[in-house]
Amino acid sequence: MQLRRIMVFLGVAGVTVLLSLAVYPLFGQQRPQAGQQFPAAYRAPRLADGHPDLNGIWQALVTANWDVQDHEAQAGPHPELSGAYAAGPAGQSIIEGGEIPYKPDALAKKKTNFENRLKVDVSSDKTWHELGDPEMKCYMPGVPRATYMPFPFQIVQGTGPSILMAYEFASATRIVRMNWEQAAPTDSWMGWSRGRWEGDTLVVDVTGQREETWFDRAGDYHSDALHVVERYTPMSPYHMMYEATIEDPNVFTRPWKISFPLYRRMEKSVQLLEFKCVPFTEELLFGKFGKQAAR
Amino acid sequence: MTAMRTRYRAITALLAAMVAVSLVVPASGQAPKKYNAPKTPWGDPDLQGVWNDATSTPLQRPANVGEKNTLSDEEAEEFQKSLAFDLSRDRRDGGNAADVNRAYNEHWMDARRLKITADRRTSLIVDPVDGRIPTLETPPPERQRVRTVRGEAATRFAAGLPADYTDMSWPVRCVVRTDVPPYLPTIYNNNFQIFQSPGYVTIAPEMIHSARIIPVDGRPHLNKNLRQWLGDTRGHWEGSTLVIETTNFKAEEGVLFQGANPATFTITERFTRVAADSINYEFTMSDPTTWSKPWTALIPWNKVDPDEQMFEYACHEDNFDIVHFLTGARLREKNGETVGQRPARAAEER
Repeated sequence: MQLRRIMVFLGVAGVTVLLSLAVYPLFGQQRPQAGQQFPAAYRAPRLADGHPDLNGIWQALVTANWDVQDHEAQAGPHPELSGAYAAGPAGQSIIEGGEIPYKPDALAKKKTNFENRLKVDVSSDKTWHELGDPEMKCYMPGVPRATYMPFPFQIVQGTGPSILMAYEFASATRIVRMNWEQAAPTDSWMGWSRGRWEGDTLVVDVTGQREETWFDRAGDYHSDALHVVERYTPMSPYHMMYEATIEDPNVFTRPWKISFPLYRRMEKSVQLLEFKCVPFTEELLFGKFGKQAAR
Repeated sequence: MTAMRTRYRAITALLAAMVAVSLVVPASGQAPKKYNAPKTPWGDPDLQGVWNDATSTPLQRPANVGEKNTLSDEEAEEFQKSLAFDLSRDRRDGGNAADVNRAYNEHWMDARRLKITADRRTSLIVDPVDGRIPTLETPPPERQRVRTVRGEAATRFAAGLPADYTDMSWPVRCVVRTDVPPYLPTIYNNNFQIFQSPGYVTIAPEMIHSARIIPVDGRPHLNKNLRQWLGDTRGHWEGSTLVIETTNFKAEEGVLFQGANPATFTITERFTRVAADSINYEFTMSDPTTWSKPWTALIPWNKVDPDEQMFEYACHEDNFDIVHFLTGARLREKNGETVGQRPARAAEER
């Protein structure tokens, strides 16, 4: 009895090893563990200036756009109309330690944001931005949300003084100014990005973001004091690690950190397409000001 | 920048309203004098930097300059003065109505647009030689119908009585602006940043913050059934000139210049660095259902001081105008005003 169990175990183990060899012939017998560097001590290809070449189309596979914290699968808005179509997937927190360290009153505002995420009122310039998830209104998503929306983005990196990050969602773009010292000249939706290299890691310091962007559909938010420091570290030809430290003394009790991998889109002829979502949200925002609606 | 957005109108209207004068122009893709453009480390001509295409030189040659395509220094000075006078919004000589219309004044505008091109031409169009857009073809009935519908919407909007947001143009709705090819100078945000990486040239127009990522590695276009607002662009190098072709435009009316038909429209654009601080941008437009023959314009792009950076032109995010226009229209209706009673606003106001 005992012997048979051991033989079965050995058999299963043998098949597992064979399978591993077949799937990962390049990297020997070791299957990479989730979150582990893969392969160990990867050295990215270089551009002529000696810096790692991050060019390519990248996309996150996390579901943080629904909620950066742990979240169960959830029905979408108006399930009576859209059934399972608009439902959201479950996902694990991308935050180190699991939760956003909100100040008590800030947590209350997050909850209000969530309750009001589907409401819109643009009838007054002054309160224009108070209701509704900016994503629903097709606003540029800000950083870091742009990175983990379910859309690809492209890094355009040459040897010039700046790197372009182009996002499919809302055709948002941002220029990463390398070794740029001056502060953000004004607030903007995608912020003011200053880059530098730390070894193989592209570090981007982002300030000057408009206070109206959110982190996710759960209403997680920040103020205009938001300071994000991102780190892009190549891990293999096919993925890099994205980390961001998020600081905002108006809203959080301490800085907090998110991380997840970005995967290279490998389809043969893949290119960034358009997701110009303004026409998808105009009826929601402006429909009620029309002649028919006013009657 | 966000605040600079108010009351923008389609470039077509602005250009049509511009008054102006011509010369012998360099043949397509050739620099007026030999300039050896720097190369990127991977060997492509280097077009990188922030460039500005503003100019007062009109797209089409104005009638009052006759057949002259290049001006003498003296004539050029007079031409520039006259254009700047017409374009300026800081004049106070037109009475109350004009004054109010010019309240959106030079403070918001690109001052570079008050200067003619350095080569003293009288029109940006270089072919045909008369500097004018070739005659318009009569569109087939189905296109005529679409255009009429669009035209009626534009009339309601110009009269301050838009029925709803769909009466406004795509630029007013912040879907596309000067990022639709061809790139034409307008009242503000005339900046373009060019980025290069191995196998790509990327043009980032300031307005509206889109990125035109152009493969120059010979790959085919998107399939024909995948269409985009800004089309699908592929490029290649001819000597030191970047030549790009754009196809796959969306079928929506009013996106392309002069209502060209996306099904038959083709555009070729050429970028040649002719000096450290200057690129010749040329485009050739063809659409046998819109123009009697193809036509070409040349617009100089001037390098912007490295300290002057591109800014984010957020458009839709604070597009208060839509609500203001519509609220105003509902109020006018309540007051019994109709489109017929209200004269279209002067081109200047747009």
